[in-house]
Amino acid sequence: MKSVKQQSLTARLAFSSIAFLFFFTLNLSAQGDAANGKKLFNTNCAACHKLDKDLVGPKLGGITDVREDAWLKAWIKDNAALQATDADAKEAAKYSPTAMTAFPFLTDENIDDILAYTSAPPPPPPVVATGGDVVVAEADNTLLYILIAIVFVLLLMVVNLYRTVSELRDDAPKRKTTGDQANAIWAAFKANKFLHFLLTIFFLLSTAYIVFSWFMQVGVDEGYQPIQPIEFSHKIHAGDNKIDCQYCHASAKHSKTSGIPSANVCMNCHMNISEVSEGTAIGNHGKEVLDKEIQKLYDAIGWDKDKLQYIEGYEKKPIEWVRVHNLPDFAYFNHSQHVTVAGVKCQECHGPVEEMDEVYQHAPLTMGWCIDCHRDTEVDMTENGYYEKIHEQLAGKYGVEKVTEAQMGGMECGKCHY
Amino acid sequence: MASNKKYWKSVEELNENSSIVDTLKKNEFVEELPTDEFLGDKESLDNSSTTRRDFLKYVGFTTAAASLAACEGPVKKAIPYVVKPNELIPGVADYYATAIADGHDFANVLVKVREGRPIKIEPNKDASGETNARVQASVLSLYDGLRLKGPKGKDGYISWNEVDAEVGEKIAAAKASGKQIAFLSSSDASPSTANLVASLGEVNHVVYDAVSESGAVDAYETMYGTRALPSYDFSKAEVIVSVGADFLGDWQGGGYEGGYAKGRVPKNGKMSHHIQFESNLTLTGANADKRIKVKPSEQYLAMTKLYQAVVNGISTREAGPLQDAVQNAVSKIKAAGSKAVVVSGVNDKHIQLLALAINNAIQSSAMDVTITNNTKKGNDTAVAQLIADMNAGKVGVLLINNANPVYTLPNSKEFVDGLAKVDASVAFTMADNETANVVDFALATPHYLESWGMVEMKKGQYSLMQPTIQPLFDTRQVQDSLLKWSGSTQSYYENLKETFATLGASTSWNQALHDGSFALEVTETASVVEGFDLNTELKSAKKPNVGELELQLYTKTGLGDGQQANNPWLQELPDPITRTTWDNYLTVSKADADALGLENVYVADGAMNGDYVELKSGNVSVKVPVLVQPGQAEGSVGLALGYGRTTGMKSEMQTGVNAYPLYNDFNTTQTGVTITKVSGTHKFACTQLHNTMMGRGDIIKETTLGVFNTATDPEVYNPVPKVSLKHQEVDATTVDLWDEFDRSVGHHFNLSIDLNSCTGCGACVIACHAENNVPVVGKAEVRKSRDMHWLRIDRYYSSDMTEEYAHDNNVGGKEKYQKMEEPSANPTVAFQPIMCQHCNHAPCETVCPVAATSHGRQGQNHMAYNRCVGTRYCANNCPYKVRRFNWFDYSNNSEFDFNMNDDLGKMVLNPDVTVRSRGVMEKCSMCIQMTQATILKAKKEGRPVGDNEFEVACSNACSTGAMVFGDINNENSDIYKLKNDKRSYHLLEHIGTQPNVVYQVKVRNTEA
Repeated sequence: MKSVKQQSLTARLAFSSIAFLFFFTLNLSAQGDAANGKKLFNTNCAACHKLDKDLVGPKLGGITDVREDAWLKAWIKDNAALQATDADAKEAAKYSPTAMTAFPFLTDENIDDILAYTSAPPPPPPVVATGGDVVVAEADNTLLYILIAIVFVLLLMVVNLYRTVSELRDDAPKRKTTGDQANAIWAAFKANKFLHFLLTIFFLLSTAYIVFSWFMQVGVDEGYQPIQPIEFSHKIHAGDNKIDCQYCHASAKHSKTSGIPSANVCMNCHMNISEVSEGTAIGNHGKEVLDKEIQKLYDAIGWDKDKLQYIEGYEKKPIEWVRVHNLPDFAYFNHSQHVTVAGVKCQECHGPVEEMDEVYQHAPLTMGWCIDCHRDTEVDMTENGYYEKIHEQLAGKYGVEKVTEAQMGGMECGKCHY
Repeated sequence: MASNKKYWKSVEELNENSSIVDTLKKNEFVEELPTDEFLGDKESLDNSSTTRRDFLKYVGFTTAAASLAACEGPVKKAIPYVVKPNELIPGVADYYATAIADGHDFANVLVKVREGRPIKIEPNKDASGETNARVQASVLSLYDGLRLKGPKGKDGYISWNEVDAEVGEKIAAAKASGKQIAFLSSSDASPSTANLVASLGEVNHVVYDAVSESGAVDAYETMYGTRALPSYDFSKAEVIVSVGADFLGDWQGGGYEGGYAKGRVPKNGKMSHHIQFESNLTLTGANADKRIKVKPSEQYLAMTKLYQAVVNGISTREAGPLQDAVQNAVSKIKAAGSKAVVVSGVNDKHIQLLALAINNAIQSSAMDVTITNNTKKGNDTAVAQLIADMNAGKVGVLLINNANPVYTLPNSKEFVDGLAKVDASVAFTMADNETANVVDFALATPHYLESWGMVEMKKGQYSLMQPTIQPLFDTRQVQDSLLKWSGSTQSYYENLKETFATLGASTSWNQALHDGSFALEVTETASVVEGFDLNTELKSAKKPNVGELELQLYTKTGLGDGQQANNPWLQELPDPITRTTWDNYLTVSKADADALGLENVYVADGAMNGDYVELKSGNVSVKVPVLVQPGQAEGSVGLALGYGRTTGMKSEMQTGVNAYPLYNDFNTTQTGVTITKVSGTHKFACTQLHNTMMGRGDIIKETTLGVFNTATDPEVYNPVPKVSLKHQEVDATTVDLWDEFDRSVGHHFNLSIDLNSCTGCGACVIACHAENNVPVVGKAEVRKSRDMHWLRIDRYYSSDMTEEYAHDNNVGGKEKYQKMEEPSANPTVAFQPIMCQHCNHAPCETVCPVAATSHGRQGQNHMAYNRCVGTRYCANNCPYKVRRFNWFDYSNNSEFDFNMNDDLGKMVLNPDVTVRSRGVMEKCSMCIQMTQATILKAKKEGRPVGDNEFEVACSNACSTGAMVFGDINNENSDIYKLKNDKRSYHLLEHIGTQPNVVYQVKVRNTEA
């Protein structure tokens, strides 16, 4: 919850019901516990109130200085009832046309905690860098290193052998000057045709290897991490706040494309979340930068965050995201086939997106990579009515219970290329 | 007895000494490499300062630079909606029901919409929609970049407010001065629009059809009292006699092929018998069992004789082929009684009255005079009167809706003169056409896919039109303009809903919009008006002039009346009969051509050249190329309307000659024309000699109904070819070079094509273009036999002079072909759609060096474009000649300035199918994207695929049910039954390719 100060109504209701249960089962609250108060505040109040700023409701920092404790408790528990009897309350209700929700389930202790928090909020946690440590997969050079090591060892052995042999033959003085030794090695090297042959083979092979690997990475953009027009963090959304992938990428289950969410989907939450909480950071970008990023969303769709309403007649501008996963046009891929039918988790192809601040391409997206998975994946034929007959036929024919995607024809050219 | 006819595609093949045909049979790729083009002449090569070594250096550097540059992938953007419409999921197609009613074509259709743009038209089968090639292609006309982009005054584009102010003023002025306000409109079958026209005040509403059916409408009005046409259901007819009615073409608004085809498939030993009297070889004549060539003027005679014999029982004694044919038809009609029907295509009230009278006399069950056909209501007399009024200065305001009279009127000049005397002329038009250029205000109207509307094609059967895309340009519907000018503040949409509410339909507005149609009960029945006497009517009948040479004007399957002439799909659609693209031409009989010294010459690459003639009728003369047409009546010539448009057209699309000036008195038959040969050679883009089957047999199998009914063993009419195995003749199907692969698990797709019900209409060809992003290559490339059509409809002529007959009667080769020359004057015709046969043992797959084409277990022959290196071995080894090679990039290439070269035209592309690049082979994929989508839909819903759920673009577009697609592993499917039908056979079965496309033997209802 660190990066979110306010929450949508739905989330708030959900959390408040959980809180409700929580307090009736484990009465852990302590009188005026500001830490607990913060929790309660964030769950119940933060959608409409801030401590230092007016929002839907007035700012609550130092509210205890303005209102009496009993009045506040009565107001919070059922403000409508209070308005009927109290002139002050009637006046207070005029602050906003939106009536405040009643919170009858908050106990007096709960309210004490909240009020403790509002009068003396605990210091913000230290800034934690959440980004910047993105792992970019590197080319695998191990084999090259091993080869170089082997060659080095071989060379050493040749030199040593040569010296030992000439020493044993006694046709040379026991110890020679370094220059003489080098000359002798060179002469021997020149004379050794077999060594030449070995070296030539080695160079040819390694050149071929390098050229081949270079060609194989052409068009493979594993690790591609473009800079996006909005510094959007999947880590904050999908990781910290645990928003389901398909909440935003809703067409993944219906369509061939997973769909980049349209700005109105963002607004479902960001109508109420116009700034990140203190201490949120992506890399070395802190709150100051990130709040401007949220503003970019508002600029696209035309949302006035002060009046909390859409600007009438606003010329909407689409957000031009940079596409990370590019499949060539001649390859057909359908998300719904994998997500809905096969039940493949998004992360299997897209990697740990919930840990990425800025998304990068996790998989190579090469044909070999597709095929590998199709070869190994077993098709679950038990749940889907479509496979009933096919399963029966296969079981009758080969006596197999499980078939892989490849055996179902998932490796035929025309299944993806048309 | 199996038919052993000789089939030929072109007259040239009958010429025994023709070197061309031999060459073409032997030579797969007829084109020589154009080395001259890139090497240039020797002189400039010698004088060039670039040496060979320099050249190689440049090539080396550029290749290296290009490959280095290619290593960095471009940055691609992903731009989502700002606010996504709720009903839309990116990547999933939505279907909307609507209707086309453009004055020439009328149909209930479904529109496939992807991300808010229509990409394909399908027939709305729930509303008995049938689509022809033009309806299928109409989606591309939406994306025509040369459409009128906004309201235009004399001095260029103006605003709608200015239009409203100025036109409103003119209308008021006309009303004040008592001048006529005229509304000249093509048939739109829209009652709601007619009401709006009336709401303007006293308006002279003149309905004008470019290709008129006025005679038939007048006849119905005289006999039954209202202006309409009877509707016909040919499936109820056992005998169909047509005198010049091309009812499988555009006759009376079209849409008759479905019913016709139903009666053409033998069922319980019965099928309809179709007799056609005509001059040009039309699609209808080509499908007839008996076709009688008559000169245009003889159609009058034939109809009179028919009437006299059937109704009055009088038969003239004079002998002659026409008399015999009429007698034969009469006996057939009498035998069938009420199950016969007589129709005519002559635009003459009296001929049409005779046809109505015959049907009335025999109580024909195929003709329905109550549920009338409202699609054509043109009134020739009213149009003539309007032009006279205009010239007399009586017309204050002329509103022209969806018509192009300046181009289509035979007396266009009079009309233009008259326009000058009209105070204000306004044209509501989608195209920036000839008329738009001469009127005071050309007001841009939206395409039907951008419009609201209500159409009553048949009495009581309403269709609703709804927009499927936001308007592309600053357009306004004519109905909205009329509402505005009549002082209403309503939009047409609101008005339409109001109209709907007053009709009292039993369905809700939303339901009707969803279905695309709704029906009202028709209670009153039509009957012959009291006091109608045919004989009095006939007294005023004019006897037709008989000319030495007579012209029969017609409309082609591709362009129709010419309003979609800027549509490259239609321009490149081969005419079903002549197989010629991008042209109209004068069809001349062999005998007349010989007499006048006219000929068609085939050049080495299969392309055809033709002589030019000057065609004269009255004081109009045009220079047209000649096409020698088998089956053309001697003494007659044919010319298609709809070509020769020049305004608002891309230059490639400006093809052919305008035949409308010859369309005197709106009569398609013009007597007294003369032709004289003039100099010059016309280069046709004719595909009839392209992709021949290398002289192999077993292509068309046909038999007669008699044989079909009496034969106990299908071997009689559908023999399995024999091959020699160990010196024994065995069935070809029992011999196999390959190991059989087990295909019993999962799906196994087959496509069945019934040669009996295929009329050759070409709707499937266009549907295939739209579904599979088939590029248009242009006239010059088609001429080089580089057309990219995945699906072609081969047209075969045949005659009764058979190989067998020649053998039995010791007829020598030369004499045999000469005899064949004679029936080539009136051959029988068979149509055969050919696409990739998806052979289980495909010859193409074994020869591909890079395994770019391979077989799927579902029966489809796959083609991986990205793997193809373009050796073309596969095309060489394909016995069916269905593979197409991309000689160029056809997209984003200004050399091919068709829809794939402009941003608007590209919107029609199907995003699920690759746009192929240069140097790769392509071919029919059996719409694998559609079969895969069907499977995925079933998987997502967790159910087996329905019995007849699988569809491909061509089978979906087929109105006649000739094409049926499905899974033969599902024994409940239609395709399973068809595959095992006794009529089913494979093409070139003796070569053992085991295709997954099956054909059904053609059965003709003839005595022989």
